[in-house]
Amino acid sequence: MLDIAVSYNKYKFLGDEFLTWVWYLVENNINIKTMVDMECNKISLELGNSIVLENSLGDESSEKISIKGDDAGLEEGTTALRKGAVVTDINLILIVDESEWRFSIKGESMNITSLKTPATGNIESQDDIEGAVLEKIELYAIPFKIIDSLFDNFIKKRVSDQWKDVEIPAMRQWIAL
Amino acid sequence: MGLLSSSVSISRYRVEGDIEEPVLETVRNGLIRNVISHIEDEYAEMSVGWTPMESAFDPDFEKFTFSFGTYFVFSLRIDKKSVPSKIIKKYVSLEIIKKLKETHRDFLSKNEKKDIKDMVTEKLMRQMPSTPNMYDVMWDYENASVLFFSTQKSANEELETLFKKSFQLTLIRLFPFTMIEGSSFLKSEEKDLAANLASTKLLR
Repeated sequence: MLDIAVSYNKYKFLGDEFLTWVWYLVENNINIKTMVDMECNKISLELGNSIVLENSLGDESSEKISIKGDDAGLEEGTTALRKGAVVTDINLILIVDESEWRFSIKGESMNITSLKTPATGNIESQDDIEGAVLEKIELYAIPFKIIDSLFDNFIKKRVSDQWKDVEIPAMRQWIAL
Repeated sequence: MGLLSSSVSISRYRVEGDIEEPVLETVRNGLIRNVISHIEDEYAEMSVGWTPMESAFDPDFEKFTFSFGTYFVFSLRIDKKSVPSKIIKKYVSLEIIKKLKETHRDFLSKNEKKDIKDMVTEKLMRQMPSTPNMYDVMWDYENASVLFFSTQKSANEELETLFKKSFQLTLIRLFPFTMIEGSSFLKSEEKDLAANLASTKLLR
C-alpha cells in the first residue's frame, strides 16, 4: 500500500482532471442525473462565481489562471485548457429539484469550502438543536453523494477506452469552439 | 467552524477499524478521557481535546449530548498560546537594562541573555490567555465516515491523532486516491487500472 503523502501527490492530477471534466459537463449541459442514484426529478450543476486553472510548465513551475466574479467571461479559461491547463478549483451551484447548494471544490484534496446548503429552520430553543443538526447532516450528504457518483463515473470512463474514444474528442471539440 | 454555520468547509474521512461494544459507551469514554484541558495558568503552548458541540467551554459529556440520531457529533477544541516576538524582545531588553544597572556592568554574557529570555518567555506564556478554536466533527458510525468541519492542515492532523488516541480507530482522509480505493462502485480491476493512470493532455 502506498504511503498517504505519496498517493496524495501522485494522484492529485486525477482530481484536477475530474474537475476539468465536470466543467465540460456543466458547459455542455450534459445530463448528470443518469450518473447519480438518487430519488429526485432534477439534478443539475452550474458554474458558480470562480474557477482556477493551472498549467504545469515543467521544471516545477506553473501558470495559474483565476477567474472570479458572477458574470466573468470564461474565454480565458478555455484558452488555458487549449494550452494544456487543468481545473484545480471550481465553484459550483448544485440544484436538486427546487433546492440549491453552493460550494467550491479543490481537485487535489477534494475538500469542500464555502458550502452553503438550502435554508434551514431557525433554532429558537435548546429542543430545536437535535432537529437542526440532523437536518444539516442530511443536507450535507447530498452534494457529497453527487460528487462521489460523478467521480466514480469519471474514473470508470477514465480507465476505459471510452475516455480516449469519446470523452477526449468531445472535450477537445468543446475547447476548440 | 461549525456544523450549524451558514457556510462551512469540510474535509472527509473513512474510519478504519472496529470499535469495542457497546459503541455508545466506548465513544463516551473516549471523549471523556480526552476532553480539552485547561492551560490558562500553565506554560503549555497548546492544548487539544474534545468538547461537546453545544458547549465549547464546559466540556462535560455527561451534561451535554454527543449522540444525534445515529450520528456522533462533537467538537475538537485547539487552544493555543503565543506571545508575539516583539513583546518578548521588549521585556527581554527591559530585563537586561535592569540587570546591568543592578550589577553595575556594561554587558551580559550570551548565557545570561539566554537565561533572561527563557525566564521572560516562561513568565509571559503563563500570563498569556490561550486562543481557542473549535472544529465540529460529525461521525456517521454506521457508514464508517467522518465529516470534519475544517480544511486547515494543522487542525486535520490534530483530529487524526486525537481520534486514534481516543477510539483506537484510524481516519483515512478522502482525496482522489483514497476515494478510488474505497469506492464500492468501481471493480477491483478498474481500481488497478486507475492506479497506473498517467495524466491526460487535452491539447493535441
